[in-house]
Amino acid sequence: MLEIPVIRWGKPYESLETTEVVHFNTGEPIARVSSANGGLVSRDMRKADEARKILKQFSIEDLIAKVAQAADLFENETLPLGSGTQTADEFVVHQSASTGLPEHMCRSNMQKNCFVMRNMTEILQCLTRGLDLNILSRGYGMESRGVVVSLQAQTPVLGAVLPSNSPGVHTLWLPVVPLQMGLVLKPGSSEPWTAYRVASAFEKAGIPKEVISLYPGGHDVGGALLTACSRSMIFGSQKTIDQYAGNPKVQVHGPGFSKIFLGDDCVDDWEKYLDVMVESVYVNGGRSCINCSGIFASRHTDEIADAIAQRIGPIEALPPEHPDSGLAAFTTDGVGKAILSMVQQDLEADGVRDATEPYGNRLVEKERCSYIRPIVAHAANPQCEIASKEFMFPFVSVVKCPQDQMIKAAGSTLVGTAITENLDWIDQLTDATNIDRLNIGPIPTNRLNWLQPHEGNLIDFLFRSRAYQMPEEKVAALVGG
Amino acid sequence: MSTTQIDLETAVKQAKDRLDEHTYNTVQRHFHDSTGCPFWLSKKSELNFDPLTEVKVYDDLKKFPLFEDDWLRGGPVERWRMKDHADRPTYVFETGGTTGVPKSRVVVDDFRIDYEVFSETLPDQFFPKGGNWLMLGPSGPRRLRLAVEHLAQVRGGISFCIDLDPRWVVKLIKKGWMEHLEEYKKHCIDQAVTVLTANHNIKCMFGTPKLIESLCLGLEERGTTLAETGITGIFSGGTEFTPQWTRYCVEELFGGPPEESGIYMTPTYGNTLMGLACSKPVTAEEKYKISYYAPQPRAVTEVVSFDDHNSVVAFGETGRVKLTTLTAEFFVPGFLERDEGEREMPFETFPWDGVSGVRPFHEIAASTTVGVY
Repeated sequence: MLEIPVIRWGKPYESLETTEVVHFNTGEPIARVSSANGGLVSRDMRKADEARKILKQFSIEDLIAKVAQAADLFENETLPLGSGTQTADEFVVHQSASTGLPEHMCRSNMQKNCFVMRNMTEILQCLTRGLDLNILSRGYGMESRGVVVSLQAQTPVLGAVLPSNSPGVHTLWLPVVPLQMGLVLKPGSSEPWTAYRVASAFEKAGIPKEVISLYPGGHDVGGALLTACSRSMIFGSQKTIDQYAGNPKVQVHGPGFSKIFLGDDCVDDWEKYLDVMVESVYVNGGRSCINCSGIFASRHTDEIADAIAQRIGPIEALPPEHPDSGLAAFTTDGVGKAILSMVQQDLEADGVRDATEPYGNRLVEKERCSYIRPIVAHAANPQCEIASKEFMFPFVSVVKCPQDQMIKAAGSTLVGTAITENLDWIDQLTDATNIDRLNIGPIPTNRLNWLQPHEGNLIDFLFRSRAYQMPEEKVAALVGG
Repeated sequence: MSTTQIDLETAVKQAKDRLDEHTYNTVQRHFHDSTGCPFWLSKKSELNFDPLTEVKVYDDLKKFPLFEDDWLRGGPVERWRMKDHADRPTYVFETGGTTGVPKSRVVVDDFRIDYEVFSETLPDQFFPKGGNWLMLGPSGPRRLRLAVEHLAQVRGGISFCIDLDPRWVVKLIKKGWMEHLEEYKKHCIDQAVTVLTANHNIKCMFGTPKLIESLCLGLEERGTTLAETGITGIFSGGTEFTPQWTRYCVEELFGGPPEESGIYMTPTYGNTLMGLACSKPVTAEEKYKISYYAPQPRAVTEVVSFDDHNSVVAFGETGRVKLTTLTAEFFVPGFLERDEGEREMPFETFPWDGVSGVRPFHEIAASTTVGVY
């Protein structure tokens, strides 16, 4: 069994407290992971400045090249992991075994991470809107239009409290090291794999190990990390979002409540968009914040719900190694049953119909895990409770709602796909502050263009644009312009 | 069988005999009309046995139903006062109370006796007689504040205190006001640093794990250390007192074991309902394992089966912590703590059962809010 230590600025630390990561289906232990305590984090963070100092010895271009090299290592090589090593295939098997996500989805998430690592130049150009990256490194410089600009780093490191059940989110913190900031990560209890493998790949690619800390552990570790880091991200529930709302030090990622809006000008052709809707709901086991949980239309909603149900209602729970496996397992005892009971309560409300009812029982209980098969609900109006719900399996409410009420009724929406050509309505959608990422046209909610910022621009979070004045000749001398 | 084993067996037998005798005398006192408190005298009529004639040894306490701490909520608090203590100066100490009515315990002498017993276990080398103390813990209606003050006085010192309202801390956590929580913690630490750096000859302190940690970090930020302030002896307590935390504290905050850093820390386990359980010395060699032993015969801790609260588990096995308090002024015949742990073997210093690995009982851990103390 692998023994995975805490990593304190690159140095392994074996805690007296450990937790076992077990295979969700067999109960077999896969790894024993050291648990940090909050104090270790608070204490170590006093040396956080060192991480940026070390990384500033490299140019951003150099770090980008190293991260690209790390992508190849991450994707293909056998890398050190705690007391042993891990091949790329083992990574996929381990991640699937502890999170319940089918193996092919783990591989797909792995490739997504690699894509971001390989295309870092383009991603940073997008995030900075084409700024000379040396300005981020130096803190000031000359814009191409001949104006002095200053972007001041707000932190030497980014902290992140990572989730257990969604290995796709790691792309969000991967650009941090090329920005010459260290990483302080609390890996999810069931998903230590990505953080450790990325750290290992970074080290092998020549990025000093002293710039990364990994603190598996309990809630006190997460709390200490968020307190000690000047900038951090956390992934959690709506409760977590509410707790950190308005805290400038913390960027919160939670449920997405992503939606598809069918405009009155396109809704009569809804069958043309069925593939878009099915993909948005079902892909990645319905676990992502970018999976669609609500489809809003003013008419044809019953037919739309039935058509989606016909496509995804019959889907069965398959073993994680099966190439067609599309559902992720709930690996904690009783969770599947509890979630289903919450959904059923909403399904019993007036105006709500379960379009997947003809396709048999939704709960599949195995010896050590459970699955919930896809559920498509029809809601007669947006006031139905189920219209504003999101769950960790393929679930969608098809909501009957007049077009002129859709934007307000949709509420908070991470990804909104609006299928319409109505320019007035497009203007209204563009102005809607409750919609974060906006797709105009039949683009599945899950298809992210990585050259667009996700849930808040990382650069805006880590750097502050500010006034910076000095004589022009001095600028020219300093920046070589 | 070695001489040591025979000695230990004899000591265990003697401790058991002493506990049986103490149990008998305590029950006689609490259920006799001339001495008992109104609560137990009234409760006697609900029992299906006569405690005065049917409780002869410790095991007979199993005849009582489990003690319910809700009985301690609300008044009149005088129902807990022993009849022969009616004219004695009386304290009331509270536990809980963030919301609703707190649990109250009436005390005349117990807190002083408990801490005098505890004082005997402290090594003079690190808790020097005459040295002054800092009480870095809850103020207000808590037993701990007066108890630590008495401990300091018994040892010839004076105790300095800070203002700390633990109920507000729990509210801050429940509200999610973490920035306020941090500021309140800083406010507490500022008070402590002020006292420690004011030339008061403070050598010893009580502190909760979180506050000890914050104090050490706060001192480091000010360019000094706990050792430099002159502190040599610390006693602490709480379920957050884990082996890993202790190791972190000793190795990183103190700068090494007592022989290197000059700071000795001893964990304790207890609450307002019982006295203070002491720890076996905690060492790196034993991976900072923490084993608590109650101050028998005044209080007993047992590790009982989750299913049968009258059966102790085998040594090394896990169970729920059950407390029994048997003092001249307070009788608790079996109270299920909100903690679980492993049953530990008797040893020379404490020839009776101990409990190690104390942590929140797994069935209620998720709903518990751990504050700063």
